Amino acid sequence: MNALRRVLNRGLLAAACALSLGLPLQPALAADASSPDGLIRQLSLETLESVKTDKAIQGGDLQKIISLVDGKVMPHVNFQRMTSSAVGRFWRQATPEQQQRLQDEFKTLLVRTYAGALTQVKDQTIALRPLRASPSDVGVVVKTEIRGKGDPIQLDYRLEKSGAVWKIYDVNVLGIWLADQYRNSFSQEIGANGIDGLIKVLTERNQKAAGGKA
Amino acid sequence: MSTWSRSLRQLLLILGVVLLSGCASLRGPGAPGQKLDPWESWNRKVFNFNEALDTSVLKPVATLYSEVVPAPVRQAADNFFNNVADAWSAVNLLLQGRFKASVEQGMRFAVNSTLGFAGLLDISTEVGLERKSEDLGKTFGVWGTGTGAYIVWPLFGPSSVRDTLALPFDRIATSPTLVVKDGYSKTALGALQLINARANFLRAGEMLDGIALDKYTFIRDAYLQRRGSFGNDDEYEVLTPEPVGAPASSQQAGP
Repeated sequence: MNALRRVLNRGLLAAACALSLGLPLQPALAADASSPDGLIRQLSLETLESVKTDKAIQGGDLQKIISLVDGKVMPHVNFQRMTSSAVGRFWRQATPEQQQRLQDEFKTLLVRTYAGALTQVKDQTIALRPLRASPSDVGVVVKTEIRGKGDPIQLDYRLEKSGAVWKIYDVNVLGIWLADQYRNSFSQEIGANGIDGLIKVLTERNQKAAGGKA
Repeated sequence: MSTWSRSLRQLLLILGVVLLSGCASLRGPGAPGQKLDPWESWNRKVFNFNEALDTSVLKPVATLYSEVVPAPVRQAADNFFNNVADAWSAVNLLLQGRFKASVEQGMRFAVNSTLGFAGLLDISTEVGLERKSEDLGKTFGVWGTGTGAYIVWPLFGPSSVRDTLALPFDRIATSPTLVVKDGYSKTALGALQLINARANFLRAGEMLDGIALDKYTFIRDAYLQRRGSFGNDDEYEVLTPEPVGAPASSQQAGP
């Protein structure tokens, strides 16, 4: 069980860095999304800086983290694609309203998760692997590692080109793609209680956690 | 821990039987039409047993340990167990043909075992030799063995057919009890290793309860995805993901 625990332990920490990408030092400055590795580099560096300097984030202030993620990170994420990938074949059966609610609750679930893990970010640095992709590619994986104590934490991003900018649509923490991670859990719930059942469970989880924290 | 090694031997016997039925499915969760968890109902029972045991014994002890024992002492214990595992990582990296990484991990072990007082200090990380953990289960995977079906073992927790074959070797090779002969010390070290591992997991464990819809499914999927992915982290490489509109990855089980 040790191996798995190490994975989860470090994974949550890494995911914290992933999802809180670019908690801003200068909120007005939008990241340059014209190249995928440039975008990741900039967001990673800004995140690490902010987490290290912001006591409220280290303390796990959920509201603050959510508003920062919304302002800074979400513009660079195709969250609809990430959610639809996690929901899988059921996505097209969902009404636009259900799709929106699924996105909202899934986002809250992920952000909430990582708020706690952010408190563990202290001495880390981020290493970015050189990107080997041809200029004509429309989808790439940018690989990074978070280095600190213990094993380096693998942290990869799938990006797609939409128009002139690159957007993140999945995150890999220690070999685990997050959209894939939730696919079985989601389909299990949809199979039992339908799409509304899944929305209900996600909402309850999020509300319970919010209540527990308050 | 002598009782542990005895129960390990008994486990091996049971393993033999189970594996006979499991070997046919050594293809990994991605194989088309294959169920990744054919023994789910049994696995869930074992999972619940492990959970109950954890809640009633292991977690309280680990919590007490992290509250009572000073952080530097806990860090030294953690370093010590990691150092033993590093040597095994070096062997496995060698078996996987990743020679540079293998030498690096060997260096880590050598430096920490000597200058780091038998591994109590992690000097290697300070000088830039990063840890890279590998085990025999992953080595089998690199050699082409799929993860196979998911298995939950009593006490040992999540595993797969492939990792179960490697489990006895991984257990023995990373056990610090190899170096001591005295029975009491063996037991104490074994217990400390277990408590240390659980203590490291305390915070993540609590977080896990908040984010998993179904804890069993969540842990299973994380385990299989993680164990089925191989980063050749020595090289710099960029993969091109599958085209838009086809979110299914090779790791995914057929729904």
